[in-house]
Amino acid sequence: MRSHQLALVAAATFALTGVVCAQSARDYISVVGSSTVYPFTTAVAEQFGKSSRFKTPKVESTGTGGGFKLFCAGVGVQHPDINDASRKIKPSEIETCAKNGVTDIVEINIGFDGIVVASSKKTKPMPLTIKDLYMALAKEIPDPATGKLVANTTETWQDINPKLPPNRIEVLGPPPTSGTRDAFVELVMDKGCESVDAIKELEKTDSKKAKAACQTIREDGAYIEAGENDNLIVQKLVANPKALGIFGYSFMEENLDKIQGETIDGVTPTFENIADGKYPISRPLFFYAKKAHIGVIPGIKEFIVEYTSEKAMGDEGYLSQKGLIPLPQAKRKQVAADANSLKTLAP
Amino acid sequence: MSKPNATAVPTASRDIKTIVNATLKRRHAAERRFRWYGLLAISLGLIFVLLMFGNIIGKGYPAFWQSYIQLPIKFDAAILDPEGNRDPHAIENADYAALVRTGLRALFPNVEGRVELRALYALSSSDAPLELRQQVMAHPTLIGTEQEIWLLASATVDTFVKGNIDRQAEEDHRPIKDNQIGWIDQLQATGKLKQRFNTILFTSGDSREPEQAGIRGALMGSFYTLLVTFLLSFPVGVATAVYLEEFAPKNRWTDLIEVNINNLAAVPSIVFGLLGLAVFINFFGLPRSAPLVGGLVLSLMTLPVIIIAGRAALTSVPPSIREAALGMGASKLQMVGHHVLPLAMPGMLTGSIIGMARALGESAPLLMIGMVAFIVDVPKSFLDPSTVLPVQIYLWSDLPERAFVERTSAAIMVLLAFMILMNGLAIILRKRFERRW
Repeated sequence: MRSHQLALVAAATFALTGVVCAQSARDYISVVGSSTVYPFTTAVAEQFGKSSRFKTPKVESTGTGGGFKLFCAGVGVQHPDINDASRKIKPSEIETCAKNGVTDIVEINIGFDGIVVASSKKTKPMPLTIKDLYMALAKEIPDPATGKLVANTTETWQDINPKLPPNRIEVLGPPPTSGTRDAFVELVMDKGCESVDAIKELEKTDSKKAKAACQTIREDGAYIEAGENDNLIVQKLVANPKALGIFGYSFMEENLDKIQGETIDGVTPTFENIADGKYPISRPLFFYAKKAHIGVIPGIKEFIVEYTSEKAMGDEGYLSQKGLIPLPQAKRKQVAADANSLKTLAP
Repeated sequence: MSKPNATAVPTASRDIKTIVNATLKRRHAAERRFRWYGLLAISLGLIFVLLMFGNIIGKGYPAFWQSYIQLPIKFDAAILDPEGNRDPHAIENADYAALVRTGLRALFPNVEGRVELRALYALSSSDAPLELRQQVMAHPTLIGTEQEIWLLASATVDTFVKGNIDRQAEEDHRPIKDNQIGWIDQLQATGKLKQRFNTILFTSGDSREPEQAGIRGALMGSFYTLLVTFLLSFPVGVATAVYLEEFAPKNRWTDLIEVNINNLAAVPSIVFGLLGLAVFINFFGLPRSAPLVGGLVLSLMTLPVIIIAGRAALTSVPPSIREAALGMGASKLQMVGHHVLPLAMPGMLTGSIIGMARALGESAPLLMIGMVAFIVDVPKSFLDPSTVLPVQIYLWSDLPERAFVERTSAAIMVLLAFMILMNGLAIILRKRFERRW
């Protein structure tokens, strides 16, 4: 009796497995990856779905790292075709990809994203430098007298730079899980501590420790982790005019009547300044495509061509209206040509 | 002396009375205080609910209206059907954007220059040409005629008309330019710009253009997901509850199972998402982003809730009913099927509806299985990629365009309406069918 029941259960389980394993072929492009690139890829996907005979691609917002994990898991319809990235692919990720048979990867640089440090329009603008930001936000800074690294106890901007107003240091920014935070750390904190002698000393003996000293953001309330949602930071800035906020350029562009971007090293965060590369806190955005899927999943090549067309990522393209900072023209031509020939990453 | 003394024996009744009288005031005061605490707690809760509803409805209700511009559209045969043979293929691929542009220029004949014209064309939505195409495809007789047609305005115009862009701000600091404001004022003065009920919000899928974005896709995704959840978790949950309550022997094994079920009900939902990713997608090879997988994951989450509610409903059926049925010669299965289960069913349904309402509002586990995605096409089956309502809210809240703020709140309102509906249904079921002994 009991073995009879067991056999029945086993048979049912096998039947279920058999049914669900019959996976249907995918006829739409699957994109995963960065939430920073998401607003741009979705715009291209929608346009592509409307104007071509292919289905609208599915765009998942998984974060850059999470996206690479899925992208590198293998070749086949169950794996995504394209990964959006707010940074370049890491060597370790290329390795993982290769281990799972994903070898021919096409890298496309779509443009730039500026990271702005902004405040409410109700306050006077504060001309900041990268060094000021580093000194205000690092957990440990060099003591002005001895040059040794000590815990950061600065309270007002004036403590850091006598030219700045005596406002309390209060910066709203993204949490460590965010790509924007990674980029901020790389572009501001790392650069800010390049000129610090104590860290140069440390670099010689223990480079890991030096890196940590540069990249650790203070935890005593001066830097407030305000969540991944940039809209929320904008709203909080309006409510608290004394605070500064860190977020993507496209959010500032949409809210220019409420907030202003601070000048960094004397450069204002405008569309032109970021495009020219004058504004120091900007990063390139990419997407990566799996060459092995071209011809298997319909429309990938056409999607890449649409993405790299002048109509999309050109100076007046629809992506620039969504806040993407376009590449310089010469670089754009190069990218479009590489996209057309599906040039893969050098192994 | 009246000094109290332990050895003295005063009249007992008077002593108790004084003691009671002495403390009575304090006890009454304590009770009054307690009532006040209760009232305070409830009003605090109500204030928060009102604040939340007020905030969401205040932000979201304008999203149910959408600006349209009335344009004189000349369905020029030279553009739509140059060959003159009404070939559907040629008509489909004609340049409808040109019709919209001509219409806008006809309203504002003085506008000249590339930059100015671009600003003028930006007043209408990129959906306008598609709308015209649809109309012409449906009624080819339109070709050659001239009609006044209401077309979708762009999100910037809509946001401005609703007063969400500060007119006084400097020109560089707002997304709408001075000349555009002039045109909008002119359109409004002549009655050619109007707010209409926003049907698009309910009839179309997601879009990156706020004025074209709708929640239909997310609603259908939620519907399929919940259907899978219900079909799986309700029968399995009820069967488990009946077996554990009526048939299973009470021993260490069933105790262990009970502890585990109670444990599962308290596991954070993201864990079920990870499980779903590992089992359904990686092992069974089901497609990512499918409502089928979402439903499977959510039914894992809902099952313990249904089982616990089901068992509570079964225990509330008095043993006399079981004994009477058995005494009349019914078998155990007949006793359960004919008497106990029908009496326990309202309680079980209430529990299931509450569990389903929780599943409807869940987004964290769906993150892991790829349902946090931009999907334009409305899903038509359990395997089509789709998203669900709470995820749509999350995705919209993170977009830079200001017009998405009100749409986010509108989507929250729709979700809340469904929640209230489901929870209300649960209360009605309980009130009407539940029997008390």
